[in-house]
Amino acid sequence: MSILVIAEHDNASIVGATLHTVTAAQQMGGDIDLLIAGNGCSVAAQAAAQISGVNRVLLADDISLEGLLAENVANLVVSLAGNYSHVLTAATTFGKNFMPRAAALLDVSQISEISEVISADTFVRPVYAGNAMAKVQSSDSIKLITVRITKFDAVAETGGSATIEAVDAVADSGLSRFVGVSSSESERVELTSAAIVISGGRGMQNGENFHMLESVADKLGAAVGASRAAVDAGFVPNDYQVGQTGKVIAPELYIAVGISGAIQHLAGMKDSKTIVAINKDSEAPIFQVADYGLVADLFVAVPELDKAL
Amino acid sequence: MKVLVGVKRVLDPQVKARVKADKSGIDLTNAKMTMNPFCENAVEEAIRLREAGTVEEVVALSIGAAKSEETLRNALALGADRAILVLTDDVLEPLAIAKIIKAMVEKENPDLVLVGKQAIDDECNQTGQMVSALLGWPQATFASKLEIVDGTAQVTREVDSGLETINVNMPAVISADLRLNEPRYASLPNVMKAKRKPLEKIDISDLGLDTANRMTTLEVMEPPARASGVMVENVAELVEKLRNEAKVI
Ligand SMILES: Cc1cc2nc3c(=O)[nH]c(=O)nc-3n(C[C@H](O)[C@H](O)[C@H](O)COP(=O)(O)OP(=O)(O)OC[C@H]3O[C@@H](n4cnc5c(N)ncnc54)[C@H](O)[C@@H]3O)c2cc1C
Ligand SMILES: Nc1ncnc2c1ncn2[C@@H]1O[C@H](COP(=O)(O)O)[C@@H](O)[C@H]1O
Repeated sequence: MSILVIAEHDNASIVGATLHTVTAAQQMGGDIDLLIAGNGCSVAAQAAAQISGVNRVLLADDISLEGLLAENVANLVVSLAGNYSHVLTAATTFGKNFMPRAAALLDVSQISEISEVISADTFVRPVYAGNAMAKVQSSDSIKLITVRITKFDAVAETGGSATIEAVDAVADSGLSRFVGVSSSESERVELTSAAIVISGGRGMQNGENFHMLESVADKLGAAVGASRAAVDAGFVPNDYQVGQTGKVIAPELYIAVGISGAIQHLAGMKDSKTIVAINKDSEAPIFQVADYGLVADLFVAVPELDKAL
Repeated sequence: MKVLVGVKRVLDPQVKARVKADKSGIDLTNAKMTMNPFCENAVEEAIRLREAGTVEEVVALSIGAAKSEETLRNALALGADRAILVLTDDVLEPLAIAKIIKAMVEKENPDLVLVGKQAIDDECNQTGQMVSALLGWPQATFASKLEIVDGTAQVTREVDSGLETINVNMPAVISADLRLNEPRYASLPNVMKAKRKPLEKIDISDLGLDTANRMTTLEVMEPPARASGVMVENVAELVEKLRNEAKVI
């Protein structure tokens, strides 16, 4: 058995999600190769070679992989998949984009967002916004899997000594073109890797008021998140969103401020280690998952919290 | 231009899914069912394209049991021109659904296939990507903005780091995120009119496709419950507990 993990990177370093995905691969057993695909990504390949538990790093460095368009990445994965029993990637927007495409080209099903490895062919995955866990067994000869990274620890970024081998990229499909990306600039830690996250909901009333959360976040070294209602209302950018449609996170501490606790929001944060809820409505469902609940007006409680830290 | 929209009938998102006692699945007896929310965005986008004059015909497609007709009637009430129901009582995996959608694309020859980014029951987030792979078409997933310019689709996609823009050739498959648009409600006259709009039924066995599932569901379990927490009186007590009890700050 051998496993190919498709890494996520920014050309210079490896995204944390990949380290969690390697752990899931280890639980399936077998040699683990890491694919670094991109345009100008050889530095990332060197970083990948340091990751603990990795056997070989395959480097596909080619202009056709600029912007990592799904068509070209999927074709590359298909060209390599025949050598592997499992192909894994993190269930991020990067992984979710190309992996099902590769699966269909290989005529196999994709096993989406596994949260647990039972054996090399049996996995658990959340369904119905996390209201149920399905244990599924795959009969496909190659298993294409995306991994819910909050459910697996990260392997060490260093300590490994993998070889780096160049692989041929595939020709540009010519079907699509990368135009650009606009990221919301933030000096704070990234939402998915932060140990502490403070999120605001509709109760925040406007974007200006998020400064209160940012001030607390700065003191705690935390990231700032939001509910969908807060994003839809334009208080904060879309990449702040936690939940079924946004990011799934599991920090050590999650503080929900003015968030009611709809099931779709809980789907993105209920695996957090400690959950705090601040809400003026004592009946808000968020209190059902909170370790510490405070019924209070956030415009009083948050400044008080800021002062107490 | 013609658009084919995939719509799936699912458990209403406001309803809490209940796991069956025998762990074989989710109990859907008498449960409130609805159109998958992301499919509502896909339908809305198709209708807006027709209202803008870019598209002439919107065809809604659902694959499922006979009751999926309700979901298709809803799509017709929202403004789809006709509907196709591929009948099957089996719960199919996205690969099989994608093969059926491909067969319907070959029959209907649309210029654009719109689907939701994910079904809120199986949460697979695969079907659109698979349809485009099988057709050899480009894909644009998680779309929050779509513009058709010079025969190509310019799509803004919601990605983890923010917003990405790509430009894809047509025909293409596009999957809708929630922020693509705000779906309308069907008016009563339109609900009445929808009853008379054409709805074609095709039995899955007439398609001659291999739609066998590749996965077996061994059991469906309740998620582990969180131990119940405590209410604190004030911010001082909260900070004290976070420092000394949870030791997280
Ligand atoms: C398919 C689908 C996917 C979805 N995906 C997501 C997702 O990814 N993430 C997500 O978050 N939602 C998602 N939603 C939306 C979700 O159902 C809820 O609508 C949303 O989470 C509500 O956000 P909220 O809690 O901020 O707003 P509300 O539900 O309006 O709650 C606001 C809360 O703030 C409290 N409040 C108001 N003022 C104050 C004050 N001064 N002090 C203290 N408390 C105050 C209120 O008591 C209330 O509980 C999705 C919905 C669907 C259908
Ligand atoms: N049974 C179905 N009938 C029609 N469309 C479907 C069906 N299943 C999935 N789809 C489409 O594919 C999207 C994504 O579904 P999934 O890949 O299952 O998460 C849905 O939002 C629909 O647009």
